[in-house]
Amino acid sequence: MNAATQPRPQPQTPRDEAYNFAYLDEQTKRMIRRGLLKAVAIPGYQVPFGGREMPLPYGWGTGGMQLTAAILGAEDVLKVIDQGADDTTNAVSIRRFFARTAGVATTERTPEATIIQTRHRIPETPLHADQIMVYQVPIPEPLRFIEPSETETRTMHALNDYGVMHVKLYEDIATFGHIATAYAYPVTVDERYVMDPSPIPKFDNPKLDMSSALMLFGAGREKRLYAVPPFTRVTSLDFEDHPFEVQKWEHSCAICGSHDSFLDELILDDQGTQSFVCSDTDYCAQRVSQGRAGQ
Amino acid sequence: MYVAVKGGEQAIDNAHKLLAKQRRGDTSVAELGVEQIRQQLPLAVARVMTEGSLYDAELAALAIKQSAGDLVEAIFLLRAYRTTLTRFSASLPIDTSAMQLNRRLSATFKDVPGGQLLGPTFDYTHRLLDFTLLAEGEFPGPEAQADAAVQDCPRVLGLLAKEGLIKEEQDTGAPVADITREPLEYPASRAERLQALARGDEGFLLALGYSTQRGYGRNHPFAGEIRVGEVEVWIEPEELGFPISIGAIELTECEMVNQFVGSATELPQFTRGYGLAFGHAERKAMGMALVDRSLRAGEYSEEIVSPAQQEEFVLAHCDNVEAAGFVSHLKLPHYVDFQAELELIRKLRKPSKEPAQ
Repeated sequence: MNAATQPRPQPQTPRDEAYNFAYLDEQTKRMIRRGLLKAVAIPGYQVPFGGREMPLPYGWGTGGMQLTAAILGAEDVLKVIDQGADDTTNAVSIRRFFARTAGVATTERTPEATIIQTRHRIPETPLHADQIMVYQVPIPEPLRFIEPSETETRTMHALNDYGVMHVKLYEDIATFGHIATAYAYPVTVDERYVMDPSPIPKFDNPKLDMSSALMLFGAGREKRLYAVPPFTRVTSLDFEDHPFEVQKWEHSCAICGSHDSFLDELILDDQGTQSFVCSDTDYCAQRVSQGRAGQ
Repeated sequence: MYVAVKGGEQAIDNAHKLLAKQRRGDTSVAELGVEQIRQQLPLAVARVMTEGSLYDAELAALAIKQSAGDLVEAIFLLRAYRTTLTRFSASLPIDTSAMQLNRRLSATFKDVPGGQLLGPTFDYTHRLLDFTLLAEGEFPGPEAQADAAVQDCPRVLGLLAKEGLIKEEQDTGAPVADITREPLEYPASRAERLQALARGDEGFLLALGYSTQRGYGRNHPFAGEIRVGEVEVWIEPEELGFPISIGAIELTECEMVNQFVGSATELPQFTRGYGLAFGHAERKAMGMALVDRSLRAGEYSEEIVSPAQQEEFVLAHCDNVEAAGFVSHLKLPHYVDFQAELELIRKLRKPSKEPAQ
């Protein structure tokens, strides 16, 4: 089951020659790549970049799309997920966009993909060193909801002044007994910059730590990009007496029976009967194909 | 099970077909032509060109047709097209004092050199529905006289400047950034601010400008001059070494005159707020001029207390394509984050094992 031994997915759609490869012009891609190099060199630091207007709305993945366009090559195999699923409408729309403008092969299988653009999830299947994750980021600034001014937050990052963030987390514990952040849970990258891991559930935060894949983050509207290079320490903020912990479910996936994947809750009828299924559809389908089943 | 997220591709295709049908409406009624929109909805075309940052009336009209009259959507269409265009030259600064005027007014002087020219305007119309327009009839209006005498119409604020009563604007000669190519960083230069405001949402700037009139950052505006007309655009290609005219564009320019009480080092004088828009777009130009002036609070050592004076607040939120995109993204699925919140809120509602300290 090694990725290298599997036949490589082939492009299904011919490239639309009316546009440059992957839509963006080469100068723009070069500008973004320069930004990405800086981002990789300073892990977790938000690099301003000359974000372009994309033919999809701001807030729908324009930052991620620009990064994908800048790093995509003709030989790449692209996977796009939204909420962990390949067939959510916006994932379909973005995958089609690159199939059309770049003519690249696409896949739903995590191990087959060389680039995975995602919104809100990291796949359950462990990533390998030949893969790049591209995250769609709405608000790149982890301090934004504490300090609305960009001038102020840039200064706070420069001075390594993250006291307010710890105070906020402490106040949560004092008020609720827990840190009341369930997604977009702030992390420290390489013991320096506090970073917003994008609105992934905190369940996914541990997957960022020492990952063998390169992680790129793009915020189109806010015109910022940042990165976590492979094998970089990524720690979720916490306190010694209130260590970081991830969500756990009492249920298992109704389809594949998984006990340790992130589960989406479905409401089946007017009585509110619940059912839980894997949010990562590829992971779930692979388990089913291996003969696992839920109740 | 899984109905909610399956079948995305088919659903998208069907939605696009339904949209096309809705846009076309009853097929027994003649289809709207792009040229009709361009000719008969010129103010909508002007707004789309202005906030779309592209002077092309035909494409703006096409965008209005394609968006079924949703102007913010039309602005988005034009912007997305604009990004793909090559920039082959930057024009020389336009000279609005050489404008071929269709309309010009000053609220600060009863008469000015060149005179006041009312031109086509909704001002002074009684807003009574004109039921004759329900019937399709021709109303060609007056013909312009081709041999009408053209007088010099110097800019009104220039007259105040001659007396030293208004703060002179200095061209620093610094290169002008292009905010559609480079990220806006704060504090922004005035050139960047004006670019952002020129692309900014008319309604947002109108409301912010209005807020300054009602006391949130009050700065006593007078409409020094509003002029609407055609201005030639010149470029100077490097290989030629002399400027050539590449055509004319219709513009609306507004200069607001505002008070400034003076400081320890400066005598009291008037200051200005500037607004500029493509086509005939007075409301936009006036809103922009009010907000431009209020954003200069820091420059004049005025206390910054109101939203219209806060650069980051105004510039980060004035773009309707950004705003509409981010608001509309709430329609995208958020199952995962919501699930995380559900889990959290259930946990928070359980009695805590360790009491809060």
